[in-house]
Amino acid sequence: MSSVRLLVGTKKGAFVLTSDGQRKKWDISGPHFAGWEIYHVKGSPTDPNRLYASQTSGWFGQMIQRSDDGGATWQPVGNKFTYDGITGTHQWYDGTAHPWEFKRVWHIEPSLTDPDTVYAGVEDAALFRSTDAGNTWHELSGLRGHGSGSQWQPGAGGMGLHTIVLDPANPQRIFIAISAAGAFRSDDAGETWKPINRGLKSAYIPSPEAEVGHCVHRIAMHPSRPNTLFMQKHWDVMRSDDAGENWREVSGNLPTDFGFPIDVHAHEPETIYVVPIKSDGEHYPPDGKLRVYRSRTGGDEWEPLTNGLPQSDCYVNVLREAMDVDSLDSCGVYFGTTGGQVYASADSGDSWNTVVRDLPAVLSVEVQTLA
Amino acid sequence: MIRVILPAHLRLLAKMEEELHVDVVGVVTQRKVIDAIEERYPVLRGTIRDQVTQKRRPFVRFFACEQDLSHEDPDTPLPDAVASAAEPYMIVGAVAGG
Repeated sequence: MSSVRLLVGTKKGAFVLTSDGQRKKWDISGPHFAGWEIYHVKGSPTDPNRLYASQTSGWFGQMIQRSDDGGATWQPVGNKFTYDGITGTHQWYDGTAHPWEFKRVWHIEPSLTDPDTVYAGVEDAALFRSTDAGNTWHELSGLRGHGSGSQWQPGAGGMGLHTIVLDPANPQRIFIAISAAGAFRSDDAGETWKPINRGLKSAYIPSPEAEVGHCVHRIAMHPSRPNTLFMQKHWDVMRSDDAGENWREVSGNLPTDFGFPIDVHAHEPETIYVVPIKSDGEHYPPDGKLRVYRSRTGGDEWEPLTNGLPQSDCYVNVLREAMDVDSLDSCGVYFGTTGGQVYASADSGDSWNTVVRDLPAVLSVEVQTLA
Repeated sequence: MIRVILPAHLRLLAKMEEELHVDVVGVVTQRKVIDAIEERYPVLRGTIRDQVTQKRRPFVRFFACEQDLSHEDPDTPLPDAVASAAEPYMIVGAVAGG
């Protein structure tokens, strides 16, 4: 019988939540790495027992942990992230040149084909790859070396590379996104990169045609349609049907188009999910109502999903890594909040249950659908 | 033998319960003590000082004998009381964050 495993990263440790295919009763293990910030935990698509976790601390730096038994036990692996070649500078908040400084790993993306190959998106923005199961890391410096690199500026949360999307149909193609530089694509397995931000409009950028400087929050893709991308930007929900060459807004009737996560239904490539947040200055749902919005038309037309979610006095946020879907026949949708709740829907979002209510602030949620 | 006290986060990481004891040959300095810690527990590399520059991480502090040694030259000899194991060498996570 199928089962589901949620990998939850929080401000004070990692938690592993498991359930059978009914997704009604959950076993919770953790906290793993108690007291450490766990930015992201993700499993290998080819070996679900191989997990990688980004364990980080403002005091004690960055660790990478690896599990080979589905999260029961962990071992620390390589944590040396050294920028390749001349470090160079990016723009600081005051517009001055600031040298690149490694701070933490925001996102881990295991290879689609090899459990020993894994990518890491880091702050200050760069992409690293390991081909030995996380023991050593090497920068794909063509990204940071892109001609626009010296113009990149951090967002309020830092200049993190937070999104890595691997194209299942083309192993040479990788999409990434950086706050607040924008989205980039490589067509040669990470050697060289191009900005893919045409059509994005950001009110705070003087030039509407700016090649970089856009605060992309998250990009999602359905594996059956790798040329179609959905984006939650600082403001605006966007869509591209040509692998990021051009974007158009699909915010439609959303109550607000600010937000962080975006995800795609496992079996319906035109069904997408976002969690609208009131504004960039008020990181909580409008009207104190926690509502996931679903579009079955690839954007533009949205419906609120509220059954089982708090509809009064709710002022949590849902961070960019904190939503995912499973691939069971009836698609499960999951998200975690800064209030420590993890919510699950076993029916594509029609109804929701609280998996756990009082974890530390949730930073990331990844789902593994197990045979 | 040098007695070392690590903060809870690093004890958890290194899977150690209590005080750590390391041996240092010759004059006892902060650099030698931390070298010995990292040799015994490679997982702690990068958590106390930067792996490349070897500089103390900004929110990590070093204390011994009621003195703040955080800004001392890493090759300055530690107090005799640390070298003789009468007093521990303490690595502390700075109070920060409110």
